[in-house]
Amino acid sequence: MPGPHTYSSASAAFFGGIKSALTSVFVLVLGGTYVGIGALAHDFGFSSTWLALSTLLVWAAPAQVILLSALGAGSALIETAIAVTLSAIRLFPMVVALLPLLRGEGRRFGDLLVPAHFTSISMWVESLRLLPAMSREWRLAFCNGLSVGYMGTAVVFGFVGFYLAAGLPPLLAGALLFLTPMSFLISTARNARVMVDRLALVLGLIIGPLLAWYHVGLDLMWTGVIGGTLAYAVTRLREAFA
Amino acid sequence: MSGVAELSPYLVLILVGFLPNEVWRVLGLVLARGLNEESEWVVWSRAVATAILAGVIAKLVLFSGGALATIPLSVRVTATVLGFLAFLAIKRSIFAGVVVGEAVLVIGGFFFTP
Repeated sequence: MPGPHTYSSASAAFFGGIKSALTSVFVLVLGGTYVGIGALAHDFGFSSTWLALSTLLVWAAPAQVILLSALGAGSALIETAIAVTLSAIRLFPMVVALLPLLRGEGRRFGDLLVPAHFTSISMWVESLRLLPAMSREWRLAFCNGLSVGYMGTAVVFGFVGFYLAAGLPPLLAGALLFLTPMSFLISTARNARVMVDRLALVLGLIIGPLLAWYHVGLDLMWTGVIGGTLAYAVTRLREAFA
Repeated sequence: MSGVAELSPYLVLILVGFLPNEVWRVLGLVLARGLNEESEWVVWSRAVATAILAGVIAKLVLFSGGALATIPLSVRVTATVLGFLAFLAIKRSIFAGVVVGEAVLVIGGFFFTP
């Protein structure tokens, strides 16, 4: 952990956030992921401007992969929209868990629109780790800086992948794709300091593949609801009987 | 593709990509109003989000797509487990865990991919 989280001004906190983003392991993860997405966009015949705009507006790698491959393959628009919205359900509990950390004196509802839009897995994991140790005053600016750092990285590496598209050897392409599950597993485990989060992590790892194996519809949503609720209930029951 | 051809690609991006994705963020923003971080709803939401994330991770490793699918399942699982153990063993460093996991994946993929 870096030293005490205090800043002299909001802009110092914002740049502190950018710096924190660019020196975290997620830069590698986002870089690798967006090289892959850039190559995909190129192969399906999208323009690099369209790709960059989709990173800024959608800002969710799974949804962008769905969007590119569905539109590229000529799927119906309504079908594509449904697939995108199903992949995005996870953003809802993430925003609910994040925003209370950012609230403070003089914060208007509109101020929270920006971090809500910025919410993504990497930013969420890092915010939940770093914000609690920081004075409330600087959290929003820091969090926005962090997000700008990550989003900028994603846009840049999207372009890199787009123009490198041809000729990534399969083993290297596989290693780039592996960055996402490996780093998310470790960082989520590191963040899970209380029992309810640890239990939710373990239950999700078990329930997720089981539901997918049996082709249960909306498998990830049910993984969240069942695993999360079970973890919550077990923790509260244990406390009640302790 | 006929529908796409008629609409501008940027309009398609807004209607089919941005809006269906963003609706969940806005819903979270509206529902998080008035909740503080110790609220039971927030604790539960964090557990649900963590479980979903865990499900995504497990599915990416076990039911991989694209180039990762060409590397055998046993290599992917071994790399994930050893990467995680390296994280626990080496000062709980994310970087160490990712490097070890990736190294195992690439070496295993090199030798065991048919």
